[in-house]
Amino acid sequence: MYKCKLYHVIEKKAISAGVYSFTVLCGDIAALAVPGQFVHIKVEGFTLRRPISICDIDKDEGTIRIVFEVRGCGTAKLAETRVGDSIDLLGPLGNGFELPSQTENSSLNAILIGGGMGVAPLYGMAKLHANKAVALMGFRGYDKIILADDFKQTGAQVIICTQDGSVGTKGLVTEPLNKLLESDDVGVVYACGPVPMLKAVAEICTRANVLCRVSLEERMACGVGACAGCACKSVGETGEQMVRVCKEGPVFNAREVLL
Amino acid sequence: MSLHTKMSVSVGGVTFPNPFIAASGTFGYGDDYEPLYPVNIWGGISCKGTTLNKRQGNLPPRIAETPSGMLNSVGLQNCGIDDFIEKLLPSLKSRANVVIANLAGEKIEDYVESAAKLDKSAVDMVELNISCPNVKQGGLSFGVSTQATAAITKAVRAATSKPLMVKLSPNVTDITEIAKAAQSEGANALSLINTLLGMRIDIKTRRPILRNNVGGLSGPAVLPVAVRMVWQVARAVDIDIVGMGGISCLNDALEFLIAGAKAVQIGTALFTDPHLPTKIPSELEQYMKENKLNSITQITGTVEPW
Ligand SMILES: Cc1cc2nc3c(=O)[nH]c(=O)nc-3n(C[C@H](O)[C@H](O)[C@H](O)COP(=O)(O)OP(=O)(O)OC[C@H]3O[C@@H](n4cnc5c(N)ncnc54)[C@H](O)[C@@H]3O)c2cc1C
Ligand SMILES: Cc1cc2nc3c(=O)[nH]c(=O)nc-3n(C[C@H](O)[C@H](O)[C@H](O)COP(=O)(O)O)c2cc1C
Ligand code: FES
Repeated sequence: MYKCKLYHVIEKKAISAGVYSFTVLCGDIAALAVPGQFVHIKVEGFTLRRPISICDIDKDEGTIRIVFEVRGCGTAKLAETRVGDSIDLLGPLGNGFELPSQTENSSLNAILIGGGMGVAPLYGMAKLHANKAVALMGFRGYDKIILADDFKQTGAQVIICTQDGSVGTKGLVTEPLNKLLESDDVGVVYACGPVPMLKAVAEICTRANVLCRVSLEERMACGVGACAGCACKSVGETGEQMVRVCKEGPVFNAREVLL
Repeated sequence: MSLHTKMSVSVGGVTFPNPFIAASGTFGYGDDYEPLYPVNIWGGISCKGTTLNKRQGNLPPRIAETPSGMLNSVGLQNCGIDDFIEKLLPSLKSRANVVIANLAGEKIEDYVESAAKLDKSAVDMVELNISCPNVKQGGLSFGVSTQATAAITKAVRAATSKPLMVKLSPNVTDITEIAKAAQSEGANALSLINTLLGMRIDIKTRRPILRNNVGGLSGPAVLPVAVRMVWQVARAVDIDIVGMGGISCLNDALEFLIAGAKAVQIGTALFTDPHLPTKIPSELEQYMKENKLNSITQITGTVEPW
């Protein structure tokens, strides 16, 4: 189930250079949404909508929050939106992360691994798992860090890694991940970010025999499963096949997709 | 006369309750948009290009945005004709007004085998996609040669008695010659245009954006090319024409009808505005009232060229 309508942006914040956070009043989307799903946003003057993850859902207030980085012309145009303006959202779309219940017996319910903008879709899971989660957040440098305080407020333990060592652990998220998997009994790992990071995380999880769910990106046209434009290769029991990131994804079991 | 019938059109002997048809490859099999509206809001639906055997399609990326349009290189990912007929068609047939099967292939024999299967199925019409590469003839598409177009139309015509609509490729020197070839071998209608071959390059990596390097251009950017081709073809043949290419509002659709089409298909514009098929028919209703039209077919081919 999804909706497609105009909704009001009720809050806009620049949270780092070229990164914006919008809170959108969209009761019907908020009521339907689960963490890990996305909205497909119409941007004036462009043929294709822009897929952006739902970062936070407030079902009581009837709002969702999206956090996006200006990458090209479309996101630059979207960033011009002002508080009070309407934006046309199609959503919530795709399959989100699986919700906590099944992993309650582990000492650590979940490790959430986000690289760069990839932290955004994990925030909802951090809220759900709270102090039974560790958020491993990787950024290029201190000026790229986003949402760290938001994650801390959920009660999750936050570990920040920067490639240049300017904040937190120097290096990639893989090292702290290895340590956590050694010391704790981990229920599930959720990851979103650049493909090389996802590959590395998936490999580590396979070796440790821990369930790993990854959220993927692909260029999209319809966003609802109608055009097969967003395909990625999956490996299932029936051999290789193409699956739609917008419909079967964007969250996949890492063992079932070719990264 | 009720409005329902005022808006209805007949194409190649098939009656559509309104002249708006979902374009092949852009509307799946009608269920993906069901959260917004039922598929019978359309006059009909042209299904994804279907081949004899299942196809995986191309590797990603398959989509690239362009000024006022997009490129796609899905590569005809589909479940194959048997699954289409057994698993998808029964439900679609019960929900849609008119179901058009879009037939694709690489060899004439494959098209013929698929057409024979469709002949026994419940589809209302067959749309023959001749923009596919003709593997035995060096991979050039069937639709760029009058001989290949004639040969494939003839062969498929012999394999099915379903109303046959041949979908023309715009990547040709003279589309009227191809149109005439299809007509002379028994096509009941023509649909045009399929996508125009295009390419985009990422200047940083110097790689084409599409993994397939090239892909088909669609969307508002192609509209004037498509209108021109519909107009040319309408003057060259007697059979019915379904126009498409870049339609994103009622006025765009009217241009095609005035140029000579009896109905239109709409594809890419749905990606921008999925609600389009709920808006356009009521806008047409209004237009017909204002222009005192009893039947929308009254405007087909009424262009007055200079
Ligand atoms: C499911 C999903 C969730 C996403 N969530 C977020 C998010 O929460 N925050 C965020 O900042 N970004 C997110 N992205 C990436 C975001 O969609 C792209 O950065 C954005 O589409 C770029 O648009 P542009 O016009 O600025 O760039 P351009 O390069 O000008 O865009 C050209 C075309 O390519 C597409 N495109 C370019 N990069 C990407 C990409 N990485 N993924 C998909 N399509 C792309 C555009 O949508 C557009 O169709 C997500 C992508 C997907 C698929
Ligand atoms: C993603 C996509 C997939 C398509 N797949 C097919 C197909 O399988 N068979 C076909 O005949 N045309 C296919 N087309 C072409 C459309 O049916 C139509 O001819 C073309 O897009 C022009 O119309 P538009 O500008 O309204 O989209 C496809 C177009 C798009 C954008
Ligand atoms: S974007 Fe159309 S199927 Fe996913």
